[in-house]
Amino acid sequence: MAETGQGAVAAPVKDERVKETSALRKALIRPELGAIVGTIAVFIFFILFAGDSGMFNAQGILNWSTVSAQFMIIAVGACMLMIAGEFDLSVGSMIGFAGMSIALIAVTLQWPVWIAILLTFALCVAIGALNGFIVVKTGLPSFIVTLAFLFILRGFTIFFPQLIERQTIIGGISDAAEGDWLAPMFGGKIAGPFFDWLASIGVIDVFERGTRAGQPIVDGIPMLIVWALVLVVVAHTILTRTQFGNWIFAAGGDAQAARYVGVPVNRVKILMFMFTAFCATVFATCQVIEFGSAGADRGLLKEFEAIIAVVIGGALLTGGYGSVVGAALGALIFGVVQQGLFFAGVESSLFRVFLGVILLFAVILNTYIRRIITGER
Amino acid sequence: MNGFFRTVATTAIAAAALIGATTAHAEGERYVLVSHAPDSDSWWNTIKNALALAGEQMDVEVEYRNPPTGDLADMARIIEQAAASGPHGIITTLADPNVLSGPIRAAVDSGIDVIIMNSGTPEAAREVGALMYVGQPEYDAGFAAGQRAADDGVQSFLCVNHYISSPSSSERCQGFADGLGVELGSQMIDSGQDPAEIQNRVMAYLNANPGTDAVLTLGPTSADPTILALEQMGLAGDIYFGTFDLGGDIVQAIRDGIIQWGIDQQPFLQAYLPVVVMTNYHRYGVLPGNNINSGPGFVTADALDLVSELAGEYR
Repeated sequence: MAETGQGAVAAPVKDERVKETSALRKALIRPELGAIVGTIAVFIFFILFAGDSGMFNAQGILNWSTVSAQFMIIAVGACMLMIAGEFDLSVGSMIGFAGMSIALIAVTLQWPVWIAILLTFALCVAIGALNGFIVVKTGLPSFIVTLAFLFILRGFTIFFPQLIERQTIIGGISDAAEGDWLAPMFGGKIAGPFFDWLASIGVIDVFERGTRAGQPIVDGIPMLIVWALVLVVVAHTILTRTQFGNWIFAAGGDAQAARYVGVPVNRVKILMFMFTAFCATVFATCQVIEFGSAGADRGLLKEFEAIIAVVIGGALLTGGYGSVVGAALGALIFGVVQQGLFFAGVESSLFRVFLGVILLFAVILNTYIRRIITGER
Repeated sequence: MNGFFRTVATTAIAAAALIGATTAHAEGERYVLVSHAPDSDSWWNTIKNALALAGEQMDVEVEYRNPPTGDLADMARIIEQAAASGPHGIITTLADPNVLSGPIRAAVDSGIDVIIMNSGTPEAAREVGALMYVGQPEYDAGFAAGQRAADDGVQSFLCVNHYISSPSSSERCQGFADGLGVELGSQMIDSGQDPAEIQNRVMAYLNANPGTDAVLTLGPTSADPTILALEQMGLAGDIYFGTFDLGGDIVQAIRDGIIQWGIDQQPFLQAYLPVVVMTNYHRYGVLPGNNINSGPGFVTADALDLVSELAGEYR
């Protein structure tokens, strides 16, 4: 079921084939409605229960926004792919693999960091294309093909550093990235002067002691968050404002029907696998540059976190229906809940219980909304 | 949408009940322990229990946090988040200084006291601005073991190193040699990880050096095959045998008199002491003047019953 609304509404002449729907109903049947309501509910909940715990001071906001932005980056890729009707379970392993690739090229081979980053992007996007190619050519479920890559990539991520450096954590990337032109694009911060000003008028706290005494505790917006927002805006625009976006919906809704009307379904799917790999690599690069080391265990289970965010955001597991904004809100809910439960003082082992409950509610709600849209009962 | 709002309300009430049950926002001190261990690592259960016990005894609020999958980047976020929630102190491991020193340093600089436990070294703890380090420095543990062996009349030894690429393993052997007062040379053998290989290398070394007084193994991986080797050579119970860490076969061998002692790093103290130290520091301004060694605790046949009784809970 392709979303045909936004692409075709521009027709100025009243057309009897276009069904009239009220503005209210249009607003109600958006796929991201559930996520919007959920976001509001989650914020109200935490303002009530953790309002005075530091969750909403500058440091706390930065904390959950950063975590949400991490989820957002991989959720955008997973969302586009899911709308195109496929899954990628290798996202988490891809994150570990990409990080290790940057570390090995930059630290072990001593090549400049920007070359390491670009080579890694090329390599990972190529692996994404391979994923897509195998799925499209064999007709196997992407669940199985990418599950294979989950193991293959994780295996290499452990094997290569052990073979070359005899350890599974590779550090020293911060030193290597010193003065590099590309690294700050992933690990840097922007709007520093604005935060200095906020600190000078007393809106945010400053460090009390140490080498950074007097500097603001939050000294800028991490590029991670900027990447997340840019990816959301770009992906949303492509999905809802372009012909290619309609192809994505069509490929995921009914691939055979889409082929009949001339949509290059295989190309669309492979491109979406590449985009998912790209998003995973963005995540890995930001992490490696920020923390200065790559570990073989990075990114474990991140594929499921991405899928959870997308599903909370209202996308259908079977494809053809969903929204990037919804996925982004799903990521926000996920991040706020994960970090917020701690601020609210909940026992940490209960986090998974809450996650499961939220996931269940989101899916039930989304099914309900979809029934309104499709009219099925 | 009424159905939906009803579900939201139900969730909120259920969640509120859970939150209400788990927190008692006391006025007193609040400490957060952040570990690097995944949920599946049962060794850390001892840490959790000791932390809860310390919180109860000192009448302070304690929280245990860990990255569910053991991802150190997630751990860095948890430390940042712990700092943002404004506790009186943070107790954390320093599993990878590259990843963790930034967030820890930021927490220290924003006025939160930090104690490093378990992973890390006294030097690394000082570099990030922590109050102290509570753990088992490998060299000191080896040294104490060496002194103990020297008191028992040992003059020469074999160190079975199954993890020679890790600096801390070699430090254990080096400390033992220094405690014994002998030069460390060919007594440290690279045994590899394979049980059969370890067993054969130990036998080969002891055949070539029949005058060896003692054997030191660095954990269950090297201890278990060494026990077999000694049994085959008829030396079990005759040669002086000490090991790091405990395990099922090691405990049995201690009971049988084959192993004289096992070195326990006592995770209980690694969680318990930081809470006690920080509470007293915040209440009365007193602070021990140095790092605290939680180990080596020597487990011998005498104390074995208590150890096996509390294994997994407090030991």
